[in-house]
Amino acid sequence: MTGDPTRPLLMVEHLTQRFGGLVAVSDVSFSARDREITAIIGPNGAGKTTVFNCLTGFYPPTSGRLTVSHCGRSWLLERMEAHRIAGAARVARTFQNVRLFGGMSVLENLIVAQHNKLMKASFFTLAGLFGLPSFRRAEVEAVDKARYWLNRVGLVGVADWQAGNLPYGAQRRLEIARAMCTEPRLLCLDEPAAGLNPRESADLSELLRFIRDQHQIGVLLIEHDMSVVMQISDHVVVLDYGRKISEGPPEQVRLDPAVIAAYLGEEGDG
Amino acid sequence: MTGGGAETINFKSALREAAIAGGLALLLTLPLIGLKTIETSHGLVIQPHFADVAVTVLLVFMGRLGLVLAATGLGWPVLAIAGAVTAAGWLVPFPTDALRWLDIAGGGVVAIFASLALRSSRVGFDQAERDRRMDRIGARLQDASRLIGPAAVLFALALPMLPFANRGVVDLGCVLLSYIMLGWGLNIVVGLAGLLDLGYVAFYAVGAYSYALLAQTFGFGFWLCLPLAGVFASLYGLMLGFPVLRLRGDYFAIVTLAFAEIVRMVLLNWTSLTNGPVGIAAIPRPSFFGIADFTNSPAEGRLAFHQMFGLDYAPIHRIIFLYYVILALALVVNFFTLRIRRLPLGRAWEALREDDIACTALGINSTNIKLAAFAIAGMFGGFAGAFFASRQGFISPESFTFIESAIILAIVVLGGMGSQVGVVIAALLVVGLPEAFRDLAQYRMLAFGAGMVLIMLWRPRGLLAHRDPTILLHVRKSARQQQAESEARG
Repeated sequence: MTGDPTRPLLMVEHLTQRFGGLVAVSDVSFSARDREITAIIGPNGAGKTTVFNCLTGFYPPTSGRLTVSHCGRSWLLERMEAHRIAGAARVARTFQNVRLFGGMSVLENLIVAQHNKLMKASFFTLAGLFGLPSFRRAEVEAVDKARYWLNRVGLVGVADWQAGNLPYGAQRRLEIARAMCTEPRLLCLDEPAAGLNPRESADLSELLRFIRDQHQIGVLLIEHDMSVVMQISDHVVVLDYGRKISEGPPEQVRLDPAVIAAYLGEEGDG
Repeated sequence: MTGGGAETINFKSALREAAIAGGLALLLTLPLIGLKTIETSHGLVIQPHFADVAVTVLLVFMGRLGLVLAATGLGWPVLAIAGAVTAAGWLVPFPTDALRWLDIAGGGVVAIFASLALRSSRVGFDQAERDRRMDRIGARLQDASRLIGPAAVLFALALPMLPFANRGVVDLGCVLLSYIMLGWGLNIVVGLAGLLDLGYVAFYAVGAYSYALLAQTFGFGFWLCLPLAGVFASLYGLMLGFPVLRLRGDYFAIVTLAFAEIVRMVLLNWTSLTNGPVGIAAIPRPSFFGIADFTNSPAEGRLAFHQMFGLDYAPIHRIIFLYYVILALALVVNFFTLRIRRLPLGRAWEALREDDIACTALGINSTNIKLAAFAIAGMFGGFAGAFFASRQGFISPESFTFIESAIILAIVVLGGMGSQVGVVIAALLVVGLPEAFRDLAQYRMLAFGAGMVLIMLWRPRGLLAHRDPTILLHVRKSARQQQAESEARG
């Protein structure tokens, strides 16, 4: 299931993104491996989120190639629509400012994440309208999967609450659980530790390690919280002003003079 | 007296505030009510109505003064005076009936405010408190709707048999049910999928013209045309959807409005097909499921309804039959909506309303989902249109103007987006009240507008904006327990 060991799970080659005259990302290349946590770090405005948005199809990149390979197949993300990237290439993401379905319950959020599977099971609503057993079985499975992830992120007790009423930290965990319910091969997290207290950050590191080791998928994260990054990442990519300035294992990146220079004076938000 | 600062009563500032309100009322009413043009043999003449203006200004002044004084602690005297003023509405002669109603309603509102201020010893409620209270009522009603729903259906079923049900009542029932059905149909697009469609009447028009033209040109019966009208309206929804669904928010709303106008313009100008502004008359009436006709003298070889059942001929038979047809259609829409909310498609609609970007990130093809919403809601609109054409027997583009879309949308928004019971209540208010207040003549729409403004002020999210989860992990709790919980967490 791990695919071709010679091909990394995600390969970003010469990615460039221009907005009018502004070059947000310029000729960035890196790769992320299966069963590894890859972190993209960099000062504010370095272009980290833009890389994410290109990856997940929200912006069409100006140039460059983005390849996801697993199960012996490859997908060229820059040519795919956003919903196909999530559905077919199995790349799931979370957002910097949490985007839950606030008016719906916690459980419903996780069921919606399994939409494509359930839609097929309900035979595009027809089987569902008449309540055929095959659909009911699929729905029970979906609830079981949701329960599994609720257990994992510690939200079983509040499963029937409105998602918008949860405390902030719980919302962040729910968003990760929701992304995992789509059964991704690559999980992209945009600043998952932002706004969390140290205790919650530690829980988050634990959760990400669990996802990497038990579910054997690749994790790509953008993070400002250096303690999280240094603890859990296997590989770090550093961006500054849209360029890659360093790459390597965390210990090595930490000592890189170029990284230290880029962070000087802006270390405060770390 | 209630505690809370009799010493803080500041008559001067209260008087000033009331005077400002009175002045505003004077500015507004002087041209609107004070000067009325009437046609005489010498041409148009302006007839002054200064007494009306004076009474209006006085009422506004007293109302504002009452509200301010009640808020600052003079609860009892204000309550007494407001009660007296309300009572005076019935006794004292007023220049017009509308002013009498204004007096009674205004006095009532001030009295209610004063008694609320007395009970809670503070000024009314703030917005959050009011929202919470209304949410609680909404949640209770949602709980109760498990009983109210079937009871209302039973009542609707029994209505034509009830002693007071004359022709007018059943006719009004048909109109109300048409609007309820349209409200439920539009609710799929606006309430569930969160797409603000300002042109729902176009589906209605497509359905109505489909039926009229198919029936007249090919002689198809109502029961064959009904599904066809649905199909055509649905196709129109898909056609509309492809260009329009790229847009979002305000732009989307405006373009749907424009497309509805385009449909009306086509109906007006394509004279060879639609007969233009003259409309289509003598549209065949529905038969009794194709078996029998509702007529005194059936055509050769056809059966008449009254003969079939051995009754005396009565024109009301057809109206009662139509009533049951629209009731069945409306209930189909209702059950469909209740069911689909628990299916992946319905959940995806609601998720789309909450956040379409997150939907895309979860692999949901939002364009297809939106198109499905348009096609299905369009189909129901088409059904309603075919029914409308067959009931009226005459249609023209006049019936499909923007105001119809606005009324249907008002029903959905007032009811509380997504609430099925809310739509029924709002339809009763929006369509039923203007019928009930026919006596007020030209002030009817004014009362309607005032009601809308009040709801927007007090209940911006709609009357019953309460949503129950469609699936639960734990055992269901009553609304009261949920409320206690949500209060516990603040």
